[in-house]
Amino acid sequence: MTIHFQHSQSAHCENGSTANLLRYYGVDINESLAFGIGSGLFFAYLPFIRINRIPVTSFRPLPGMIFKRTAKTLGVKIFQKKFRDKEVSMAALDAVLAQNIPVGLQVGVFHLTYFPRPYRFHFNAHNLVVFGKEDGRYLISDPVMETAVSLSYDELMRVRWARGMFEPRGHMYYPVKLPPQIDLPAAVIRGIRRNCREMLSIPLPFFGIRGIRYVANQVKKWPEKLGEKQASLYLGNFIRMQEEIGTGGGGFRFIYAAFLQEAAKVLNRPRLRELSQEMTAIGDRWREFATIGGRIIKKRNNEQETYGAMSAILAEIADREQHLFTELKKAVS
Amino acid sequence: MKREQVPQDDENLLEGRTREVCYAVDEKGDYVQVLSSGWEPKNAALNQAWEQINEEAKEALAQIKAGRVSPLAFFMARCMFDVKLLSDYTDIPKRKIKAHLEPETFRQLDEATLGKYAEAFSISVEELVNGLKTAAAFPGEKHSESFQDDSRHNGDA
Repeated sequence: MTIHFQHSQSAHCENGSTANLLRYYGVDINESLAFGIGSGLFFAYLPFIRINRIPVTSFRPLPGMIFKRTAKTLGVKIFQKKFRDKEVSMAALDAVLAQNIPVGLQVGVFHLTYFPRPYRFHFNAHNLVVFGKEDGRYLISDPVMETAVSLSYDELMRVRWARGMFEPRGHMYYPVKLPPQIDLPAAVIRGIRRNCREMLSIPLPFFGIRGIRYVANQVKKWPEKLGEKQASLYLGNFIRMQEEIGTGGGGFRFIYAAFLQEAAKVLNRPRLRELSQEMTAIGDRWREFATIGGRIIKKRNNEQETYGAMSAILAEIADREQHLFTELKKAVS
Repeated sequence: MKREQVPQDDENLLEGRTREVCYAVDEKGDYVQVLSSGWEPKNAALNQAWEQINEEAKEALAQIKAGRVSPLAFFMARCMFDVKLLSDYTDIPKRKIKAHLEPETFRQLDEATLGKYAEAFSISVEELVNGLKTAAAFPGEKHSESFQDDSRHNGDA
């Protein structure tokens, strides 16, 4: 059976799955709106939590959070379930597909056969939508792929049961109830306010604007503190988190700027379009930050392209984002 | 970022399987989605990550040749498994995996146990035991023919 499901590519898997699933039910929403309503922009740097001896950096909230918030803020009721048994999780998927309902799944990418090999790390918070089964193969709309793909029963079961951090345990989800009327303007405002709060007001030095400022202070000390090699690895990891598949460029700043343009239209507030322009300019600075980092990694940096220069850009970004979110808060109050 | 500035620095890291969506502004200042085949700083960071994995795998290889560890060490490094993760995937207790890292104990393993390991690494049992011929080929390295052959066998090991 095949469900008439429109595959649409997106930058980020979670927003993409969210938007694609909701659009199937007639909710007029795109990736950037889903991202903004789910308050997807974030920054966290956790020096005390390390993976492979490198501190955890994130430009987004915890996996699943954007989807949960977007659905909740729009008033959409979601069914979701994790499992204890592999076969049971597959039977449950088949049963829902048999009712012509497209299903969102959380999967790991390490064993995801159609994924480009260099991107197949043990990352378990990838999202995709299954929209049918043909000749025993599952039809898959993976938001980061240009076209729809397919997986066999064994291949799909394997990625649904990836192990390690953020284990999916067969996690599946789909909308079950939509509100009679969706209040998009109210949802947009709530999404913006929550995002302002998280970027400006978490009273710890590792999150939001404070986190960016913290890294700005740290990054210039890396070469001396860690040595050339480890400093370069820290840098590489940071850049990957900022730019790798899913952020749309500039650590989600460009997606958020796109959202602010949409928000200006939905709320009819031209001020948000001005703020979108500033967000774009900030995103460009994030890209310049990564450009210097890339040259340092390749040891092709000139005299101006140093850890100190990167630190200065981050400090400037922190100031500008603080100003932007303060203004944004005013614009929707 | 402007539409025409969206980089197309293809270093085959996406293996021609897909391109990435970037958000950029068009001439009117409106946001549009633009596909990108890669961006140099990002490619550098990803290549660096694989070079690091490569280095660790080569170190393991040297240890194997010196008879200090079993082939398990090489595939664990190459596939980024620590003992805990490998134990999660194979249901083999961590303490046993540590024992299997000894060349002597590894040589005595039965087919079923070897099969569990091979499956986790998406390789054949044959490759797990003797398969060090693909040692040089890693993702991110261009023209890695032997790895291509390797991945075709993925999943049916």
